[in-house]
Amino acid sequence: MTQLILEQALNGLQFGLMLFLLAAGLTLVFGIMDMINLAHGSLYMVGAYLAAAAAQASGSFLVGVGAAVAGTALLGVALEVSLLRRLYARDHLAQVLATFALILLANEGVRMLWGAQPVLLNAPDALAGPVEIGGFFYPSYRLLIIVVGLAVAALLYWVVARTRVGMWVRAGASNREMTEALGVDVRRLFTVVFACGAGLCALAGALLGPLLAVQVGMGESILILAFVVIVIGGIGSMRGALVGSLLVGLVDTLGRAVLPSLLREFASPEVASTLGPALASILIYVLMAAILFWRPEGLFPARA
Amino acid sequence: MGLYVSSTRRRALAVAALVGLCALPWLAQAAGQGFYVSFASRVLIFALAASSLNLVLGFGGMVSFGHAAFFGAGAYCAALLAGAGVAAAPLVWLAAFGAAGLLALLIGALSLRTRGVYFIMITLAFAQMAYYLVVSLPGWGGDDGLPLSGRAPLFGIDLKDDTAFYYAVLALLAASLFAFDRLAHARFGRVIQGIRENETRMEALGYPVFAYKLSCFALAGAFAGLAGALLASQSGLASPSLLHWMQSGTLLVMVILGGVGSLYGGVLGAVLLLVAEEVLVEITPHWQIGLGLALLAVVLWAPQGVAGLFARRRGDD
Repeated sequence: MTQLILEQALNGLQFGLMLFLLAAGLTLVFGIMDMINLAHGSLYMVGAYLAAAAAQASGSFLVGVGAAVAGTALLGVALEVSLLRRLYARDHLAQVLATFALILLANEGVRMLWGAQPVLLNAPDALAGPVEIGGFFYPSYRLLIIVVGLAVAALLYWVVARTRVGMWVRAGASNREMTEALGVDVRRLFTVVFACGAGLCALAGALLGPLLAVQVGMGESILILAFVVIVIGGIGSMRGALVGSLLVGLVDTLGRAVLPSLLREFASPEVASTLGPALASILIYVLMAAILFWRPEGLFPARA
Repeated sequence: MGLYVSSTRRRALAVAALVGLCALPWLAQAAGQGFYVSFASRVLIFALAASSLNLVLGFGGMVSFGHAAFFGAGAYCAALLAGAGVAAAPLVWLAAFGAAGLLALLIGALSLRTRGVYFIMITLAFAQMAYYLVVSLPGWGGDDGLPLSGRAPLFGIDLKDDTAFYYAVLALLAASLFAFDRLAHARFGRVIQGIRENETRMEALGYPVFAYKLSCFALAGAFAGLAGALLASQSGLASPSLLHWMQSGTLLVMVILGGVGSLYGGVLGAVLLLVAEEVLVEITPHWQIGLGLALLAVVLWAPQGVAGLFARRRGDD
């Protein structure tokens, strides 16, 4: 039992860190430009497809990941400059409609290029086997994801908390007009932020590709989780995004693993087997509703 | 956002549209395209659902991203009642209306404590909870949904006939729109629109703001439930995809496309979106590209929706 919990906790950590890669970009777009971007999940999907295509063409997983990050970041810049820029001043409804349209375009574009069937993206052979940590075996590829996720999170934290660019970003998230008045070119800064966010999406998509299916629609399911994360963490806050991601990743993964057997202790097996999975799948939404109820601005409000 | 405007001209247009819709089954039969009667029922049902969303969104100023929960609740209510052997359409409709209204009352009471983006997200969270609950409840059909054996008759009229069913849907839609119009001009409507424009001032004037918003939210949920029950009867299936967040998104898109806060905005948006889908599917398998581009064009060049475009042309908003 403890081993199961430990393994699921590691899985939760791994999923949470990947969620963080998405949520980091989303929370900044939301926080600085007050823009609802439903198409953020589409960037994740495009990243996964680019990774699969580049990995297949070059035969190297690493090249695939690199190409995906670079390609998606470029796509992000193109998107930001050509379309999203026109939407910042509009209300949330216009942003919802426009980015919903982008989802349709991205899904159909991917379907035209790669077909409707899921695409295969294999983990590198060297990481196919398990490794032993503290007495039990854990897939080495998942361990790599955890390491990369932690490294990127640390790097992002350093950039946002310790560098001048990071200071501009934080200032932009807490009060955009004031930051502009102080001489920061928020528009250009934002193009850079958006490109980085897109690149992080692609990194998450490429890394998760071998674990989940690379298929049309993969972006929509994870997008909602990323929104849950940033609302829990507080919109515009990097620290909130990290805490929220880990919370959602752990609660979701552990809930699915532990809740059904936990219920069996208190209720009859029939009740437990029907209620368990249902409860586990809504657990994070209950968490989000509870947090919004008691702390309507999220755990770490950026606009103090 | 405009107020619900009623001019003689608009009323004349509405009557003309109603006459046209009444004649539609004959025209379809005459053209030998009987299939389109069923499609038209579907469009009108979505028009009702989108109009109910417009009640909270355009009229109450609350951006609900979880309207599919009430739509789906109505559909499942109809399917469960059909499974229990209830064979009277008015009873099914009333039950779906009531059940979805109660669900909306509950969700609204919790969600309306938050504002702005957080309100959008918390309504989404509740709708997702409803979605996953419906998918995992035993006996509710999981991912496949609940099939309905047949359509319950309406006071002895057999609704299994597609034309009869179409007229029933049309009558319900017309009655609902009439109710929304009356509501908009009643005291309740004035207060709700006042709250949309300036909540603090209405609060200071002594209006129970929370109660008004909650009533509006619950009422819209109830009408969405009615639409859901109709859709389940129309397609013979209560599918979990009706509760999916993409469905909430589609309803939002219909309202924004048609015109937020305009009485016929929901109808216009539903007709445009579903007909565009139907036409584009005929032309190309990649119809989503066309639809996506069309939606982008609306955002960039018709900020008030299509209803706003007409109003501006005529200059009588």
